[in-house]
Order: sequence, then C-alpha cells, then structure tokens
Amino acid sequence: MNDFVMPSLGADMDDGRLLEWYVKPGDAVKRGDIVALVDTDKAAIEIEIFEDGVVSELLVPEGEKVPVGTPLARIGGSGEGAAGGMAATLPETPPAVAPETVIETVGKPVPPEVPVTQAVSSVHATPAARRHAQERGVELSDVSGTGRHGTVTKADVEAVAKELEATLPAEPEPQPKPSRKRISPLARRLVKELGLDLATIEGTGPGGTVTKADLERAAVPAVPKPEPKPAATRVEPVKAESSPREQKQAAMRRAIGAAMAKSKREIPHYYLSNRIDVSRSLSWLEEENLERPITNRLVPAVLLLKATALAIREVPEMNGFWLDGGFKPSEDIHLGMGISLRGGGLIAPAIHNADQKDLDELMADLRDLVKRSRSGGLKSSEMTDATVTVTNMGDLGVDLVYGVIYPPQVALIGFGKITDQPWVENGMIGARPILTVTLAADHRASDGHRGGIFLTTIAKVLQDPEAL
Amino acid sequence: MTENQIKDTVFTALKDVAPEADPSSIDPDENIQDELDIDSIDYLNFMMGLHEKTGVDVPERDYAKLATINSAVSYLVARVG
Repeated sequence: MNDFVMPSLGADMDDGRLLEWYVKPGDAVKRGDIVALVDTDKAAIEIEIFEDGVVSELLVPEGEKVPVGTPLARIGGSGEGAAGGMAATLPETPPAVAPETVIETVGKPVPPEVPVTQAVSSVHATPAARRHAQERGVELSDVSGTGRHGTVTKADVEAVAKELEATLPAEPEPQPKPSRKRISPLARRLVKELGLDLATIEGTGPGGTVTKADLERAAVPAVPKPEPKPAATRVEPVKAESSPREQKQAAMRRAIGAAMAKSKREIPHYYLSNRIDVSRSLSWLEEENLERPITNRLVPAVLLLKATALAIREVPEMNGFWLDGGFKPSEDIHLGMGISLRGGGLIAPAIHNADQKDLDELMADLRDLVKRSRSGGLKSSEMTDATVTVTNMGDLGVDLVYGVIYPPQVALIGFGKITDQPWVENGMIGARPILTVTLAADHRASDGHRGGIFLTTIAKVLQDPEAL
Repeated sequence: MTENQIKDTVFTALKDVAPEADPSSIDPDENIQDELDIDSIDYLNFMMGLHEKTGVDVPERDYAKLATINSAVSYLVARVG
C-alpha cells in the first residue's frame, strides 16, 4: 500500500487545490495515467501517477487545498508495493518532511529575512538531523541550517526544539493529533512582538498551522495598531476585499518571488553573452517554410531550441540540478520553456528529450505546450522534470536577457530579438540578422570557461541549420 | 462565407489562442499581437486556426497583412469563396 501524494510541481509551489479526481476507489491505474487535476497558483495541471496499482481510497476530496506532500490517495495491489514515492516529486523534495511543510498562507508579504523557500520543498538536512527532527517533532522547514550550504544539522534541530518547548503552552490541549501548535517562523516571531498568548490563538492554516493572518486577527482587539520596531516585520492590514483572481495573482507573485529569492540568495550566478549571426539559419528557414503548408511551418525559436539542446550535449555542466551540496547532472535533456501567462506570471513546462527530436517534433511540442499553457492540460511530469530552462524574449523586442536560474537547475539560457545589425566578416562590413544569446549559470556547477564553450557551440551549430 | 461569418471565425480562432481575452472588445484596427499580448507561437496557432476553419493557407510573407482584425477579415474575404 502506497500513498499518492500532492506532488511538488516546481520549486515555487507550496500547495495545490485538488480540482478533480479522474479515478475512483477500485480503479486500476498504470504508470503515467492522469489521475487528478490540481490547481497550483499558476495553472491547472494534470497529475500523473508513477506506479501501477489499484486505487483503494481517495483521501482528499475535490475542492480541497493541501500542502505539497499531503497523501491524496492510497494505492495498493501493485505487487511488492515497492518503496519510493508515487508522485511526480522533484528530486529534492524530502518525502519525510514535505507533508509537514509549514505554509505561509495567502494574503501577506513575506519579509526577505524569513527563509521561506526552505519551507517549500528543499530542506537539506543531515540524516541525523532528520531522525532527530522526527523524534523531537520539529518541522525541518522551521529550522535554518548552519551547516555547509545551509544544511540543517542535528544541533540546529535541537535548538529549534528547545525554542519550541519554551514557546509552547505547558499543558498541551487534549487533542490527540496536533501534539503542538504548528506555527510558521514568521508568525512565531510576531507572537513575541505582539505579546500574544499562542495557546489562545486558533490556527487556520494548513493542518491547523497558526499563520500571520491568525495573529493579526488575534492582535486586533488588544493592539489596534501595532507599531513595528525598526527592521521588524510590518503587519499589513488584511485586505478585506480582493477577488479570487486577485488572490490567485498575489499567490503566484509570492510563489515566483520565493523561488527567485532563493535563486538569488543561494546560487552564485555568472553571466555570459554571445552575439550570433543567424543569417544562414534564417534563410534556410525561409526557404524551408516556402515549401511547407501552414501546419508544418517552423519558427526560428525551434532552431534555437535544437541548437541549445545539442550544445548541452557538448557541455553537460549546464544540465541538471544542484542538490544536497552537489551537482547532479542529468542524462536527459528536458528543456523548460519559459512561457509567460497573459495576465501575469510565468511557467516553465518541459519539452522532453529535446536533443533527440527533429525540428518538426520540436515545433509540434512547442506549439502544443504554448497552447496548453494558455488553455489548460499541462501534465505534472512536464512541470517537474525540466533540467534547464530556456527563455525566448525576442517577441517582446528584448535585446538581451539577464536570467535568474530556476532552482534547483543550474543554468538559464536567454534569447533576445533578432535584429539587423552591422557585422564584420572577412574584413567586410555588412548588415546581418543578429541574435544575442545569454547564459546565466551556477558557478558551483561550472565556470565561465565552460559557459563560453557552451555559447560558442550554440553559435556554431546555428551556422549549419541543415544539420539541426 | 459572409464577411460576418469570417469575422466570427477570426474571433473564434483568437479565442482559441487567448481564451481569457475578448476579441470583440479590442480596436479592430490595432495590432492583434499587441492588443492581446500574444507571442509568435500563439500567432502561428492563430494562423493555423484560420486555416482549419477557412481553408486559407496564409504564406509566411503575408502574416503582416493579417496584423489587425479588420485587415485579417479583408484578407480572408478576398480568398474565401
């Protein structure tokens, strides 16, 4: 018997709302079957199951919002009941911790000093720390790590455990399950600042977590206008009226903010750019498209994607994940496509095995991905397994992209607009269509020298479009 | 197809690539890509939608002639029987 859990569909996802079950108890499921539709802050995603079995019980009703890692269904009858998660979790998601993840709830800004992304899905902890956390009932996501690369150590866990004991009411309430009040780090600090009694506050967050909003409610009668100390967290009044759409927007901005803050905080980015003469690629494409009916026509972006995928083969340090203090290169090349959502926000679903696909297949994939990003139907595997991200901002007229890496990936490739520019070749000056490609890469995984070879390889490959 | 039917077809094709947009609310003489904030892939999907619905295969060099709703309608009216 295995639990099928709410998957993490990206480093920026805290929780998801189960919109619809596509299976019911008794149904047989196969690896890759779409079993549910989940709404994240960004889009409704079709969730695939990753093992064969029979659905024995649905644990979460339709319409409910639950944190990443929450068991959604019980799956049985798949022979041995092999170990390992049933869900499409990101490699770094620690299954032991995720169900307990403390979520900063909707409707408030997150101050930069709160290690919020540690609460998302990527808590790195030593095995001893994990064991100790379980024994002491401490959420790893509540612990800020002092070890290498912010790894949580046993001592860190013990410190938080002590702090919790001090904060908790001496006599726990007689509820059997929540043995202690769950509270986010930010909220815990506010309890002290506002002089509140934690025991009297009802938690309304996931799993009864006491959230900042709960504290604000609790604080209102006693402290009508809390005067924040300098550098302390400002308590924003809870916005009374905001539409579901606005709330969703706000949630998406927070999710993107958390992932990008983590990226900027933890990843030592380096940036390189390369101007590429794409005249050969474009004239080849123009001729090619003349012969093609509209249904088979290619866009320049497809050549860029293929060139990127081929260059990654040459420089594999750009492809994979930085996890647990080390680079885990990926064998497969799954290009995450930065796709902006109209109305705000962006997602980066993957085109799988881009290096092995021909231009027609890539074109079909790209069109399909954009279409489904607009109108729904993205699958969980597409959302979770991109090994590197590509963003093409040429449509907007952007010359040069300064990328922010999407953790735990280690590189982001940006393409700008193709414009006619003066270009010198063999001592002759002429006007050529020029494209600037940029690389933002993780200095822990690679150096500028390799990054340079990577960009040069993209440029070289684009000079021979027939070979793409 | 009448001009009105073609206009409806253009709206339907646009709704397919920009489900949240209301094509009838935009200025029919403004650039569709700018007005609806759609990218080149969306635009290609739009062209393919028109092809599917009208049978007109717009060559790449003519894309600019379908930049606005009014120009797209005139372009298609001239080519649909």
